[in-house]
Amino acid sequence: MADDDISIQASALNHWFGAGEARKQALFDIDLRIARGSFIVMVGPSGSGKTTLLTLLGCLREIQEGSVLLLGQELRHATTAQNVRLRRRLGFIFQAHNLHESLTARQNVMMGLQVKGHMNPALSDKAAAHVLTLLGLADRLDYLPANLSGGQKQRVAIGRALVGNPNVILADEPTAALDWETAAKVVALLKQLGQARGTTTVMVTHDNRILDRADRILTLEDGRLVGDEDRT
Amino acid sequence: MSRLLARLLGRLPIGWLQLVHQRGRFAAALSGVAFANVLVFVQLGLMSSMGASTLRPYEFFQGDILISASDANALTDGGNVARQWMLRSLADPDVVDGMGLFVAMVPWDRGDIDISLTTFGIDPFRAGFLAPEIATDIEVLQVQDAVILDRLTRGLTREEAAAVRLQTPLSFESQGRTLTAYDTFAGGGGFGGDGYLLVSDQTFLSLFPARSSGAPDHILLRLLPGAQPDEVADRLKDLIADPTLRIRSYSDAMAEEVRFQQTQRPTGIIFGFGVLIGVLVGIVIVFQVLSADVADHLREYATFKAMGYGQGFFLGVVVEEAVILGVLGFIPGVIAGWGLLTLMAKVTTLPLFISFGMAVTVFIGTVVFSALSGMIATRRLAAADPAELF
Repeated sequence: MADDDISIQASALNHWFGAGEARKQALFDIDLRIARGSFIVMVGPSGSGKTTLLTLLGCLREIQEGSVLLLGQELRHATTAQNVRLRRRLGFIFQAHNLHESLTARQNVMMGLQVKGHMNPALSDKAAAHVLTLLGLADRLDYLPANLSGGQKQRVAIGRALVGNPNVILADEPTAALDWETAAKVVALLKQLGQARGTTTVMVTHDNRILDRADRILTLEDGRLVGDEDRT
Repeated sequence: MSRLLARLLGRLPIGWLQLVHQRGRFAAALSGVAFANVLVFVQLGLMSSMGASTLRPYEFFQGDILISASDANALTDGGNVARQWMLRSLADPDVVDGMGLFVAMVPWDRGDIDISLTTFGIDPFRAGFLAPEIATDIEVLQVQDAVILDRLTRGLTREEAAAVRLQTPLSFESQGRTLTAYDTFAGGGGFGGDGYLLVSDQTFLSLFPARSSGAPDHILLRLLPGAQPDEVADRLKDLIADPTLRIRSYSDAMAEEVRFQQTQRPTGIIFGFGVLIGVLVGIVIVFQVLSADVADHLREYATFKAMGYGQGFFLGVVVEEAVILGVLGFIPGVIAGWGLLTLMAKVTTLPLFISFGMAVTVFIGTVVFSALSGMIATRRLAAADPAELF
């Protein structure tokens, strides 16, 4: 793969938690290259280091040892300002929706645009409504999170991550709260984005039905990358 | 409101939306800010009133230079001044006239209420030393035991004051004499007395036999038009050269007494502390509200951090909330403060009111201190770690 086709590259990545005698290594010598536009699924038992790896790739944690190149930028020793700028090119979907309780579904999604400097209220409004409609929430645009079901909230969170056309989407169990039909729609949408716009998706999931649709499956166990299956 | 704020801020008005989402807390926060405003307004009103009531007796007279005893920090304070210094002062070519001014408190026992009147003894033949509205009536003071009574005296009803005329004078006993008010003027109760009384120097000496006509409390001097009071005062200091005297321009004497009352007298210091406490209460209330608000939204803020929002955005949201609380809390605060001061003014006859300058100062102070509280509250944002969201 040419360097331009690589979204994420990790080399000799190690990570520890705690200090002194309580210091425990969570990741061991992770090496991986993720192609632009690919749909990657990360699996492994609880505590295997999937989430830690996801946060390191998303520049949410400091790189302690090794290297991570995200969208061509080295994350080790990156400044806070550099990290903040880079995060604006990512889309995060958390297991918990983390929607802002005071904002409507539409306004929550608009937050994903506003961070990129899209200030035109009319256009932001239109874009947010469009994404929510794609996710089947056309009739819930102006609902507050308190008035949405768990699945609807999760779809709003997905919309918030997608609306800004991110280069990379990092998702942790994004379909856990969704029925299979909706989950399949979301996965199809993410794959479609990968093909149409080159958006790379790295998703942690336990849902075996999604594994069938992955371009590549990474398996982690005890902090080590023990499996790397290319399914394209 | 949301649309207006979105236009002003160029982003979603998250601070406003957060505030109105929890209406109970929002109302409590506004009440807190309003309460702090009322505290500040009342204290400032009292301080301002102290200044105004301190200056009020100075406004009864017209003079350019005031000679007082060195311990006279106020018009009603200090020892006596020998009349000979007035005569010596007249030697200065710019000094055209002088008048001795006697001051003492005169009690008026009205049965159910004891009134204390700050009484000025003046020369009834020197109308030029009095404010025009008083000077026209000064002739009545030539009659022994005649007085001009302050119609705004606490304990005197409007009807009683309005009835005082040459044809229907009001007599009362004081200091063993029968004083008769033939006319009234607008003085107003101060912090030292319930009202004012103007008498002739002869009547004054009858009321206070121990006092001497040769030793008034102050000497008022009038200068030639165009003469500089400060320069003349400097010359008089050289001419008189008595360290037991204070020789000042009349305007300096007024300013010095206001400063003295507000910074040296316990009442002035207490009012000053009252303002400080009001400001502190406001800061603490806004800080508590915003701090709790930040803590409640820590996960949402962490999410925004993960999305790429920087510290400036969070600071903007919290300051937006602070400014909204400051602005909206000010409105009921100024209304309640105005109502309370108006009520107090009616009861005390003190000049208690909210001036435009005072309102603007308190408004700016409220917004600035609210914003400062908001900035302090953002320190809790450090706890919003986006890595913990996964």
